[in-house]
Amino acid sequence: MEHLTNKDFTSDQEVRWCPGCGDYTILRAMQKALPQLEKRKEDFVFISGIGCSSRFPYYMNTYGFHTIHGRAPALATGVKLANPNLSVWQITGDGDALAIGGNHFIHALRRNIDINILLFNNEIYGLTKGQFSPTSQKGIKTKSNPHGTTDEPFSISDLSIGAQGSFFARSVDTNPKLMQQLFIEAEGYRGTSLIEILQNCVIFNDKTFASITAKEVKQDAQLFLEDGKPMIFGAEGNKGIVLNGFKLEAVKIGENGITEKDILVHDAKEEDPTLHTMLARMRPPEFPVALGIIRKVSRPTFNSGMLAQLEYEKQNAKFKTVDELLKSGETWEVEG
Amino acid sequence: MGKTTKVVDLEKVVIKFAGDSGDGMQLTGSQFTDTSALLGNDLATFPDFPAEIRAPQGTVAGVSGFQIHIGRIDINTPGDIADVLVAMNPAALKANKNWIKKGGTIIVNIDSFTKKDLEKAGYEASPLDDTSFEGFNIIQAPITKLTREALKDSSLDGKSVGRSKNMFALGIVYWMFNRPMEQTEKFLQNKFAKNPELVAANIKVMHAGYNFADTIEALPSSYTVLSAKLKAGTYRNVMGNQAIAWGFLAAAERANKGLFLGSYPITPASDILHELAKHKNLGVKTFQAEDEIAGICAAIGASFTGSLAITTTSGPGFALKAEALGLAVMTELPLVVVDVQRGGPSTGLPTKTEQSDLMQALYGRNGESPVIVLASSTPANCFDWAYMASKITLEHNTPVVLLSDGYLGNGAEPWRIKSIEDMSSIKPLLAAEGEEYQPYARDKKTLARKLALPGTKGLEHRLGGLEKEDITGNVSYDPENHEKMSSIRAEKIKRIAELIPEQEVFGRKQGDVLAVGWGGTHGSLYSAVDNLQKEGKSISLCQFNYINPLPKNTADILNNYKTIVVCELNSGQFANYLRINFQGTIFNQYNKIQGFPFTTSELEAHFKSLLKK
Repeated sequence: MEHLTNKDFTSDQEVRWCPGCGDYTILRAMQKALPQLEKRKEDFVFISGIGCSSRFPYYMNTYGFHTIHGRAPALATGVKLANPNLSVWQITGDGDALAIGGNHFIHALRRNIDINILLFNNEIYGLTKGQFSPTSQKGIKTKSNPHGTTDEPFSISDLSIGAQGSFFARSVDTNPKLMQQLFIEAEGYRGTSLIEILQNCVIFNDKTFASITAKEVKQDAQLFLEDGKPMIFGAEGNKGIVLNGFKLEAVKIGENGITEKDILVHDAKEEDPTLHTMLARMRPPEFPVALGIIRKVSRPTFNSGMLAQLEYEKQNAKFKTVDELLKSGETWEVEG
Repeated sequence: MGKTTKVVDLEKVVIKFAGDSGDGMQLTGSQFTDTSALLGNDLATFPDFPAEIRAPQGTVAGVSGFQIHIGRIDINTPGDIADVLVAMNPAALKANKNWIKKGGTIIVNIDSFTKKDLEKAGYEASPLDDTSFEGFNIIQAPITKLTREALKDSSLDGKSVGRSKNMFALGIVYWMFNRPMEQTEKFLQNKFAKNPELVAANIKVMHAGYNFADTIEALPSSYTVLSAKLKAGTYRNVMGNQAIAWGFLAAAERANKGLFLGSYPITPASDILHELAKHKNLGVKTFQAEDEIAGICAAIGASFTGSLAITTTSGPGFALKAEALGLAVMTELPLVVVDVQRGGPSTGLPTKTEQSDLMQALYGRNGESPVIVLASSTPANCFDWAYMASKITLEHNTPVVLLSDGYLGNGAEPWRIKSIEDMSSIKPLLAAEGEEYQPYARDKKTLARKLALPGTKGLEHRLGGLEKEDITGNVSYDPENHEKMSSIRAEKIKRIAELIPEQEVFGRKQGDVLAVGWGGTHGSLYSAVDNLQKEGKSISLCQFNYINPLPKNTADILNNYKTIVVCELNSGQFANYLRINFQGTIFNQYNKIQGFPFTTSELEAHFKSLLKK
């Protein structure tokens, strides 16, 4: 296998996102992650819909397809089914995936087609210049609702779990190392891997995630979930998450008799999605935001199921060629 | 038995089976079709059923019909009106009262002519008791009663007994036309293999019907329709939708490509999906998507990855696919969109036929977005046009719309089986590893670009819906480039006219009247023009299958006739398309928008009025 570097994955196209956009760090993290996968460069395909994030494929020196608004999961499904050897990545945003493309998004998760979906969530429409999106916080004032939205936002994690999604991870755009790690994990997972990236839009929704990513708060506002490890966070490493009755609670170790043993241990492979749902919903100021792989359960993929059926039918069918099919059934001869 | 029955030889006959939509008339009709085909008759069929699976029982709206035209001469349509009608209830009789030949035979299930049944059909009194059907040969058969009687020793429940009465009707018609029952017996044995009781019951009832017809004196004669003189070869029956599916299978095998269908169920196109879904053994990948848009988008993804990619739909679904079809135009990827047309607009008439999606196929997208448009014209040639659509799309790397319609899709006719070897070769236009690749560099002659498939080393590139720079395919907002690319996309389609065969004319190359049609109206137009030619009239037929581009000799043909009449099942879409292309030529129109095909007789009458002028 030829050794590749991030340069091999950098296309000759000038990157046109706004200066300071969170998309730049995501792009760099991807270009650094792919060489670590030990795959052939020509086997990567990046597919996107419409929106700022969807320009991503133009900047990757791989096969790429910038398609139409909301439809990338369907395109990606066709690519993966037609050639299951390819590593297929869908790049999307909160408007593309959850508004116009909501239907394709949930069905990709339900089928568990073996693709990786990177959802850049900036809680706003960027390319159309600042309208609210399905993840915008309720009440936000935008050009398309100057008096404040009355829309309830989606919870991406709830939507994913409700659609039978079996791999859900989250990162922030300010953490390139975590992103690289998650991209590699996603590619290794057989099924639809969904990674939500909290991404800052410097122009239309700046600092919307400041309460999570700002330097002075981030250690207390971010919890890195690791499978088999206790859910400990905080600048001093002395905060944790416990289960109190049916609810989660953020606690301090050493206070009110809490010891490290009381802290929940993360199990990403647990089939029951209840705790994963609660963890993914945590938000400051009461809780830190859960980052890392929140849910990763094993489930058969759509593409492997289809291939198994094809293989079985090929082995067991009465006829192997179209000519045999055309001549099957009731036929009769007409003499000349 | 033992009576001497007069056997009359017929040239052709039209039979219609009509009953409640739950009465099994489609099955009865298709059994009669298969048996007749095996006897060597030429034939054409026309199933006509309501959109509801079980429409209100006993009402005219709920009548399901199956018409079959068999003959020992060339048969091109399912026939205008029936010589024999089987009416399982008063509603079926009422729905068909204007579609039965004066003096024809009507077999009614008299058991379902109760007061309640008559009321449901909107009759105050039985039309059999007044003069409504005077002059017809009415056979009042107690089908329900005799079916029950035949199965009195059977352990089947009452519902199953009731359901088998269609076999009694089939038995009567088999006797009338001297048909053997073995084919249907074999069919029943296969269909109900897990339930021998049901097989036995159905066969018993069919024989009971046959013997009933043999016994009663109301049937004056038994008819026979001898084998047609078809071209030598091996034949089978084929339905339009099935033939389309097989055409794609053949093309994929010939082109050495994987076949991918992305589709969403819609009447009357779903049978193409059903047919292809059966053939995983031939490597077909069928994907029932979450909606029409996902169906075409998955197909585009598969095309990008190297499959022969298809999406199938009808009018409303085609509307939803418009944006994605534009993406395939912009990215110049091979794709076949099959539109099995039905009555519109909106949900329209899902189970009825129409030709009203022509403008949608030609122009129904944003931007300047030319596509190749082809139309199949008989159930059997759906095979050839699906094959041709695949060949053109793979060799020119640009999307093709194939227009069929509900009448072709559900209609059946004998087909002389082709072999893959008989079909013209297909050479997909692909870039190979190691070659200097520019995504939008073009073949000088056809202007087609080459595809580079993901997985091919060194040919990594990006496609997308944004305007492409000539040669490189990079995103370009340059004004001159956009104009250049727009004209290249149009010119690429135009040049296909140089490669396709010239348009043919049925009849003399000049004369008084030229009937022009396209797609699924071929059978009725051909029959009408043929009849008039035999009467010595100066009329010819020009039936188009290549719609965009039109064959290059089209103008020459049109100039040779005094009167041109464009006949289509819409309000004049092809006529207007011809007006755009051949300004100055006068196109008369003959249109019908009733959800039904043309009848031969109405066409003949109209052509005669034109010939008199």
